[in-house]
Amino acid sequence: MKDNKLITLAFETSCDETSVALLADGREVLSNVISSQIDVHKVFGGVVPEIASRHHLNNINYVYEQAMNEAGLSLEDVDIIGVTKGPGLVGALLIGIATAKSFAFATNKPLIGVHHIQGHICANYIEHKELEPPFLALIVSGGHTDLVDVKDYQQLEVLGCTRDDAAGEAFDKVARVLELGYPGVPKIDKIAKEGNPHAVEFKRVLLGKDSLDFSFSGIKTGVLNYVNSEKQKGKDINVHDVAASFQLSVVDVLVTKALMAATKTGHDKLVLAGGVAANSLLRKMLKEACDKEGISLYYPSLDLCTDNAAMIGCAAYYKYKAGSVDDLYMDAYATLSL
Amino acid sequence: MTKKIISKSEKQTEELGLKLAEELKPGTVIALIGDLGSGKTALTKALAKGLGIEEQVTSPTFTIIQEYSGGRLPLYHFDVYRLEGEEDMYELGYEDYFYGDGVCVVEWADRIKELLPKNTIYINIDYGSQENERIYNIKY
Repeated sequence: MKDNKLITLAFETSCDETSVALLADGREVLSNVISSQIDVHKVFGGVVPEIASRHHLNNINYVYEQAMNEAGLSLEDVDIIGVTKGPGLVGALLIGIATAKSFAFATNKPLIGVHHIQGHICANYIEHKELEPPFLALIVSGGHTDLVDVKDYQQLEVLGCTRDDAAGEAFDKVARVLELGYPGVPKIDKIAKEGNPHAVEFKRVLLGKDSLDFSFSGIKTGVLNYVNSEKQKGKDINVHDVAASFQLSVVDVLVTKALMAATKTGHDKLVLAGGVAANSLLRKMLKEACDKEGISLYYPSLDLCTDNAAMIGCAAYYKYKAGSVDDLYMDAYATLSL
Repeated sequence: MTKKIISKSEKQTEELGLKLAEELKPGTVIALIGDLGSGKTALTKALAKGLGIEEQVTSPTFTIIQEYSGGRLPLYHFDVYRLEGEEDMYELGYEDYFYGDGVCVVEWADRIKELLPKNTIYINIDYGSQENERIYNIKY
């Protein structure tokens, strides 16, 4: 406890980022350190692929110390320990879990395993102090595209998800084809601003009238087919136009489905989360559509959109409040339903 | 042995996957080699269906490995595009999968050629002359 507030220590290692955060009473972020923001070159002497667990292992103690220092706390102040238990890369998840378990064991404080998607939703609780369930959530990232009915802090129902590629993944792959570099979402966002979004009509895949599932593999292939056929004709491709047209087609589908889900559930609040939530066209078009329907739109600031431990800490806090605690046998899950 | 199969639609690709799935044995590794959008994940979906897996098979690009149980054999679906080399495969503990009890499907397998077992089934996917046409060269 610190100043009579419950202190959460949280770990996130589900994919590329190693992150440790400290929160007071679930919504107040005291520190939120993400390894990609640290000068990894200097500390470890070279860029290393962050995909493998070994790199999380290298980073985690350093990131933990940084988080503690920034928050001005010591381990005695910590009340509960939260960690992502899935979905994600098992080897990567295990580093966060093993670390969290060690702290839980050493301090005898409760351990709380968190679903990564629930974490993304909770990023909005941190950003918008007044936000309370129920609401509809759209989570779009490199690994996920989900529409979730958030009935209460702990009661979540997945209404739709991707059947093939996640939205962010489609951005990454199209950026690769257009030779724009990684990550795809900001690269395409930037270049699309100078393009005509109606230059090429890429087919929107809606999977039937009532379906709330997504499919972005077809749009990706559509871009590839277009690029290949133009090349075969010996024509130059206008990268700006292709990027803008592709972006519009993906955003169109996301907005359409989100509004469909809002109508279906009757929610008047829509919460956007995940790395793709940073896309300016998505924010703009969702805002316009929501305004028209009288729906309030919420989204987190940039550093809370991408993977971070603060959102995991927030989710852990609410799970703890609801009486849900894990034991030291808790496992990592590559796939995990909400 | 090499087999060349031309598929003119997603439906035909699914039929191919279902047929291939019938012959799969524990410890089989299938190397999928083909460009973006050639349908590597689409073929894997059909293989999974053929194995009796009811779960939704999605792209493993983000997680690198996706595991599916609940079928006739477990399925381990890899996308090694983002790996920087063979060393990353060791870190992922690939041997447990490649020499395990299930079927491994590896997208972008040409990136880890040296690690593929001797009896690997290679499937090269090329674009055909039509938009939805794909040419499968299967070597085993």
